[in-house]
Amino acid sequence: MIPAAWGRRLWLTCLVAPALLVLIGFVVVPIASAFLYSLYSWNGLARGEFSGLENFRVMLFVEPFAGWTWRALSHNLIVFASLMVVQNGTAFLVAFLLLKTLPGHRFHQVAIFLPVILSSVIVGAMWKLFLNPIFGLVNQGLAMVGLGTWAQPWLGQPSTALGSLVLVNTWHWLGFPALVFLAGMQRISREVMEAARLDGATDWQMMRHIVWPLVAPATTVVVILTFIGSMNWFEMPYVMTGLDGSPAGATDVLGLYFYRTAFGSATSGLQDFGRSSALAVMMFLVIAVIATVWTRVLRRREIQE
Amino acid sequence: MDRITRRQALGGLAGVGLAGAGLSQGALAQAATELSFWTWRQEDRSQYSQLFGAFTQANPAIRVGFRGFEAQNYGTALSTALAAGQGPDVIHIRAYGGTEQFARAGYLHPLSREAVPELANFSEAALGSVSMRSDRQVYAVPFASQTLGVFVNREIFSRFNLSMPETWDQFLALCKTLKDRGVIPLANGMNTAWMVEVFTSVFAVPQYGLGFQADLVGGRATFEDPRYVGALEKLTALREFLPTGFEGVDYPTMQQLFLSGRAAMFAGGSFEIANFRRQNPNLQMEFHAPPAPAAGQPRLVSLFFDGGYAINAKTDKRDAAIRLIRYLSTPEFGTRFSALLGNISPIRGATIEDPMLARVAQLNQSAGDYMMAVHFRYQDPTGSTLLQAGVQRLMGGQQSAAQVAADVTRGIATYHAPFRRG
Repeated sequence: MIPAAWGRRLWLTCLVAPALLVLIGFVVVPIASAFLYSLYSWNGLARGEFSGLENFRVMLFVEPFAGWTWRALSHNLIVFASLMVVQNGTAFLVAFLLLKTLPGHRFHQVAIFLPVILSSVIVGAMWKLFLNPIFGLVNQGLAMVGLGTWAQPWLGQPSTALGSLVLVNTWHWLGFPALVFLAGMQRISREVMEAARLDGATDWQMMRHIVWPLVAPATTVVVILTFIGSMNWFEMPYVMTGLDGSPAGATDVLGLYFYRTAFGSATSGLQDFGRSSALAVMMFLVIAVIATVWTRVLRRREIQE
Repeated sequence: MDRITRRQALGGLAGVGLAGAGLSQGALAQAATELSFWTWRQEDRSQYSQLFGAFTQANPAIRVGFRGFEAQNYGTALSTALAAGQGPDVIHIRAYGGTEQFARAGYLHPLSREAVPELANFSEAALGSVSMRSDRQVYAVPFASQTLGVFVNREIFSRFNLSMPETWDQFLALCKTLKDRGVIPLANGMNTAWMVEVFTSVFAVPQYGLGFQADLVGGRATFEDPRYVGALEKLTALREFLPTGFEGVDYPTMQQLFLSGRAAMFAGGSFEIANFRRQNPNLQMEFHAPPAPAAGQPRLVSLFFDGGYAINAKTDKRDAAIRLIRYLSTPEFGTRFSALLGNISPIRGATIEDPMLARVAQLNQSAGDYMMAVHFRYQDPTGSTLLQAGVQRLMGGQQSAAQVAADVTRGIATYHAPFRRG
């Protein structure tokens, strides 16, 4: 009896151990060490004395750092809200159109998904050139069709910079939520759709009362991934508006602010591992807590529907 | 003599086994000390290999390996390597706060005048840029001074029979003439934050002058002083002479505007000279001091030191590293450095043969500090962080000069006692 039970336990341990070791080594230890770092004051690059929650206090309540933290967080949230509407809203409509298998839908399916496989750095650099106020395709295109007065320094004005980044992000990622929604829609049974059609439902009614509720699992995935992606947003603003979140912090997000605080900016700032770790811990907590609660709420909606 | 490590010895043995006939040569090569050198100037690889080659010729037992990093990520790569107890033997290090944060963490080997007598070849200001402010201990030997001023496209100026004027008002008139002739007067844009600070310094330093600088550094004035606010205010008059959509014009775009002859002037640093020549060898350019507030007043350029060569405190090849550092402090090196890299060497006795560089060196006789880098880049929030964003808002019309000056003062006041009121 005992040897058999032990054998089974040993067998299970062997199965679990490698994954557990990887998880501990690459997830638990870095998070724990970031938390540990955040509790010390840093003398330049060397760890100084234990300082409790001082780094958190500075990043949350001492100006100008607190102002920058809240500004960056608010930008992350604006990005999330805008992506939900612009990117995921469009993706839902696109998926619905693709579902209708209109002529050329295969081509469009590929065309919409294609940018997703490009690297964010390439997309960012390319669009940065397109949006250049002097040589850029966008302003020159506007001038060519007689809309020269609409030309703007898109990435140079606080009023347009973040919006431009959101649109570029949408161009880049649209295919992904569209594909997830499409997969969700294709799982809806044909009978339900045909019955609704026979009852004389319009496209809008179909979308509102049948498709939307039945793709709830896909929505959960898209919302949570968009939230995590928006909170961790880094490559696009880094490539397009720089580490400082130019102009004047109008495109600053938590990822950039963290990087600047941790590693300094070559031409302006210094390095502080303590404060940056505090910021990283807070980002982790916010993302983990909200994503967990939200997943539970959305899952409940899936069941109710 | 330098120690031979076990790895080198093993390598030597392997070399013997493999090379066979070349035994004596292989063993000799392995006995040589290989110093590693890290820098953010990856584009200078071939010039540095010549400079280090000359060193190895004089010191056949020491070779220097060059490793360049992307400038923006250099600090990240270096600090993580040093934190892990590794990193290069000899470190290219940025000046002022850039040196201090590494020195304070104990990563740099302090340099004494006994070990490096060549420190006498540098001015106090140059050594100050690579020292700790608290005890004046020197941690590196400075490698270049940089001067900020106005680049001029000589071909455009002579086409319209123009010359660089003395005063601010004449300068605005010149800009207007250029604009009327269909040329962008100034190539500068506001989208790259650090270039905003360069632009600010070029035109603001002569406006506020050395008197304000002395008062500010001496703790008798803040950035809210009318002399500083007035200098910032002047910048807004240049808005109409910058490229269309200047808010969105980034560093590469402004360089291209000047290099392609679409813009007649470029407010920038002497570090551009070599790069501009490389990108457009046919460009006829001049470097001028910015305009003075009024006739008879000094036309001050802005001056700062770029950084230095330091020794990793943890290196086990300290003797060889010190020998290299001493070589990097000699007038012969300075002369060769200036000739090869088109930068001004701060080493006394170094000869600057290039006429344009020689002119820049001459302009340095009448210079103010590149304020934030020299005095307020030691603690967060740095003056640079605050000023760069502030001037972006000023030029974008979202803030007044007084508001920018107040924000900068308030930010620095968090750690700089003279700025705290009552």
